[in-house]
Amino acid sequence: MSRFLSSFAILLTLAFAGGNSGLWAQDHDAGTHDAEHDHAEHGHAEKHAHTEDAEHDHAEHHAHNEEFVAGEFIIHHIADAHDIHLFGDVHIPLPVLLFIEGEGLQVFMSSAFEGHGHGDKHYACDEGIDYTMHAEDTVLENDVAVVSGGISAQREGQQLTVYDFSITKSVFGMLFILSMMLWMFISIAGSYKKNPGKAPKGMANALEPLILFIRDEIAKPSIGDKVDKFMPFLLTVFFFIFFCNLLGLVPFLGGFNITGTIGVTVVLATLVFLLTNFNGNKHYWGHLFWPPGVPLPVKFILVPIEVFGIIMKPAVLMIRLTANISAGHIIILAFTSLIFIFGDGGTAIASGSGMGIFSTAFMIFMYFLELLVAFLQAFVFTLLAAIYFGDATHDPAHH
Amino acid sequence: MGALLTPALGTVVWASIAFLAVLFMLRRFAWGPILAALNDREQSIAGALNEADRVRKEMEELSASNENQLKEARAERDKMMREAREMADQMVADAKNKARDAADKEIASAKDAIAVERKAAIAELKAEVGNLSLEIAERLLREKLESNDEQKALVNRLIDESPLN
Repeated sequence: MSRFLSSFAILLTLAFAGGNSGLWAQDHDAGTHDAEHDHAEHGHAEKHAHTEDAEHDHAEHHAHNEEFVAGEFIIHHIADAHDIHLFGDVHIPLPVLLFIEGEGLQVFMSSAFEGHGHGDKHYACDEGIDYTMHAEDTVLENDVAVVSGGISAQREGQQLTVYDFSITKSVFGMLFILSMMLWMFISIAGSYKKNPGKAPKGMANALEPLILFIRDEIAKPSIGDKVDKFMPFLLTVFFFIFFCNLLGLVPFLGGFNITGTIGVTVVLATLVFLLTNFNGNKHYWGHLFWPPGVPLPVKFILVPIEVFGIIMKPAVLMIRLTANISAGHIIILAFTSLIFIFGDGGTAIASGSGMGIFSTAFMIFMYFLELLVAFLQAFVFTLLAAIYFGDATHDPAHH
Repeated sequence: MGALLTPALGTVVWASIAFLAVLFMLRRFAWGPILAALNDREQSIAGALNEADRVRKEMEELSASNENQLKEARAERDKMMREAREMADQMVADAKNKARDAADKEIASAKDAIAVERKAAIAELKAEVGNLSLEIAERLLREKLESNDEQKALVNRLIDESPLN
């Protein structure tokens, strides 16, 4: 009972903390939205000016003393990308894998794209396909929407249908974390096999408390005696989210935002959804479609809500994780942006330095908070997934 | 913003494949063995603790029963010693009584014998004295009794000759 209460207390704290960071993110989003909007207009105006002057002068575009736009800067850094941006103009190129209708699979490195800084980048390959990496969300001539950072392809001015299977920054980070997990946990399993019944050593010793924590504090209280079936998923998901969150906090590594990439979290949430509903017992479905002890008219209201909840619960898991991790990155990037805004492009050294000191101090605090959030979000995702599994497999006869 | 809110097809595909592959591999090669090892270890520790508890209880019982046995043994010994002492006392008393009885009997019989002897001796003495008197009288009668002197001498001689001396 007390264990359950403590879990509940933790959840409350989380909800509060999550709500807070959500609010910050919202506030900030509003800010960046305006900024982006401004920029969009500004950018368009600039573009028109450019087309009048010179059509293809991207280098000059970069050299131009451009105004710093925090919103664009931040979105650019937390969004997925086709390369890993270390600093300045130093990028680690990543493989681009495109399946193009009528052309087949096209593979090349992202360094093939020409153009620096902002604005669309182009690559004309030898086979006659022109690729464009879009700088902003655009709708192509064939009514296909491409998000910023997305790639479109043309052959002789004709838009081609592109399916992008590139190893992007988030995919790369994810593969890195997953292979690290494979190595780590298989070697730990080996060490357990080597010294059965002995006290754990090294890495096994470091990770065993977490494994036991997930089993004894998260899975067992939520699921009960069917816990063994769900342990592999819960453990994998916990360590995956936790390590991805931590990787995102390593500075100078391109700011991985794996768990803040909706394409990754949607997969995790879908797995939770599938596992919950495929394991749902008679009692679970009974409660869903015919809630007991409820007057008939209320059932008509309650059942649609419950059915909606089947999808809503994993969706909330997805949004919470994505938003929390992105929000942490946004706050840190926002404080970085403040330095440039106050520095006013190098013209206001004093205010820029002052802001730099303040921002750095605050960023250090934020980094500590993000370390906590990295663990908490992994914990919350795992705990809620376990609670959903428990709801689906809960047998009232055992109560 | 679209890049943040739209799940990219490639990311979804890669994430599904990679995550599921790792999930299945870890389940087979890592989580299974790790959880089994943790379970085994916990069970062996719990078993060892139970065993220790059981042994301690057994030891307590054993020492309690030892104590009881010791107490019983001590009581037994005391009883035996008491009995032995009583028996010994009894025996000594019996022996004393018997000895006294025997001595008394001996003394009584000795007294009887002495009395009989004395009676016999007295009877013998009486007979002897009678005989002697008769002898003396005989001799006196046989000799001539001429003078008093002779008579007196004769008596004295006879007396001297008498075995009374």
